[in-house]
Amino acid sequence: MSGDVSTGVRSDTARALAAGRRSRRWGAWYVALHRFRVMRSYTGTVVVAGIGNPLIYLYALGVGLATIVDTDLDGVSYLVFVAPALLASAAITVASEEFTYPIMLGYKWNPTFTGMSASPLRPTQIVDGIVISVAVRMTVNLVLFFALILVFGAAPSPIAFLSIVAGLLGGLAFGAVLMGYTSTLEEDTGQLAMVMRFVVLPMTLFSGTFFPLSTFPIWLQWIGWISPLWHSTELARVFSYGYAEPIWLTIVHVAYLAVLIVVGWAWSRRIAVRRLNR
Amino acid sequence: MPAPVIVARNLVKRYGDFAAVDGISFEVAPGESFGLLGPNGAGKSTTMRMVGAVSTRTSGDLEVVGLDPDVHGPEIRSQLGVVPQSDNLDTELRVRENLLVYGRYFGLPSRLVATRADELLAFAQLADKGKAKVDSLSGGMKRRLTIARALINDPRVLLLDEPTTGLDPQARHILWDRLFRLKEQGTTLLLTTHYMDEAEQLCDRLVVVDNGAIMAEGTPAELIRRYSSREVLEVRFGSDRNSEVAERLTGIGDRMEVLPDRILVYSDNGESELVRITEAGLHPLTSLVRRSSLEDVFLRLTGRSLIE
Repeated sequence: MSGDVSTGVRSDTARALAAGRRSRRWGAWYVALHRFRVMRSYTGTVVVAGIGNPLIYLYALGVGLATIVDTDLDGVSYLVFVAPALLASAAITVASEEFTYPIMLGYKWNPTFTGMSASPLRPTQIVDGIVISVAVRMTVNLVLFFALILVFGAAPSPIAFLSIVAGLLGGLAFGAVLMGYTSTLEEDTGQLAMVMRFVVLPMTLFSGTFFPLSTFPIWLQWIGWISPLWHSTELARVFSYGYAEPIWLTIVHVAYLAVLIVVGWAWSRRIAVRRLNR
Repeated sequence: MPAPVIVARNLVKRYGDFAAVDGISFEVAPGESFGLLGPNGAGKSTTMRMVGAVSTRTSGDLEVVGLDPDVHGPEIRSQLGVVPQSDNLDTELRVRENLLVYGRYFGLPSRLVATRADELLAFAQLADKGKAKVDSLSGGMKRRLTIARALINDPRVLLLDEPTTGLDPQARHILWDRLFRLKEQGTTLLLTTHYMDEAEQLCDRLVVVDNGAIMAEGTPAELIRRYSSREVLEVRFGSDRNSEVAERLTGIGDRMEVLPDRILVYSDNGESELVRITEAGLHPLTSLVRRSSLEDVFLRLTGRSLIE
């Protein structure tokens, strides 16, 4: 008997309708769980890099370089000035790791996304799950980084912990757009290496990280204005040591980063739907 | 009669001007093992992807477990097990982990998934490989792991796209044995293949597909009866002489196919045709009498061999 008398629905149809429900609701989370398991295989790297990098940077720049930076910037020591910026760029580093090669891998090199899309998961959920998992990993890195900043005594403001949120916003803003771009690549013939060299590196140098953006001539400052890192850095400084900027500018930072997240995320979802349904 | 699990009517998939699938219709009953047989590029994989609810059809009707893939993709996929043409196991995870994460995609509780993972590893003869890296497995083992993964949700239908392509004969036989067991347990199988022996071993019923359209439909035995003779005599006269000799063989057998390397003579009695050829004063370098196979059906229907 394959008929369900009470509803007139076939039993296999009824079974399918019931079975799809959980995946429709929780699919993105299942993808995130998968990603966590993959990340577990490089936990060592995440933790060592998560503690080692901040240590090296805070020490070399905040303590070492600071000895030859004679003027205090924004009325705080160079260490306090540079610490929130280093925190923000750590999030960018995580984004440029997690939203490039793992995406190429999933679509092409080891097409796990194709495997996922044969299950009840929808392409949009695959994208969402990846964003969720990277956001979690990024938060772990940022919390570790912030703890070390505290150890260095470089976060005087009582709301300094909010710089973690600033870093997360910046990392996800850059990462979402980067994920969209990587998703469009059918093949990597060096594009990703170019992104690292000619986008990530210059962005780090020209986003007011090591010295204020105002140091540059006005015709170079636009790099900072479009750079998610500049916005997250400035935001982190506001939280970290009460850097004085007009309130509207603070709102602009948050709004700009939020827009990039939404646009990049939606772009990535669109491409996933296109690439995984052929 | 229970309702069919898969119903396709005039299924079409176009990419620009090119119709990869051009009006295919078929039905698959519960528990049936149904094959799409055809050469590479015939539209088999595209059909499979549409049935698997990962490729939107251009036109036609399609129902899988009574649902439309355009509307109920996730629901349909929850009832399918998919073995794709090329393995897409996660090589960053271990063997057993591949089953664990995949089972979760179906919303199944982790404890149930863990139990099933162990059962399926045993079924796939990989019980001692659970902690191994995927890349350390042989091609045959990877295929079996992919099949195990496809079974993690206890699917109503198993879709197998060229399941044994690229495997050595021994690995193929192990895989066939596993698939045969599933068939005996009543799992509905939909498979594509360009191997005749595979189709004959595994399919209750099949369609021959070429250029995106169905050329013939039936059980392997029916198709052979309808489109071929009982026996086939294969004679070789050397590649430069085959076509020349063929002209002198008129009247021998029901029908003849001249291939570059041999001549196929279709007849109900191959031995007696061979006697007639030798009596005519022609002496083939080698000769072989065999039963007709689906390869002959395909040759008859399309004028081409399946594997070129």
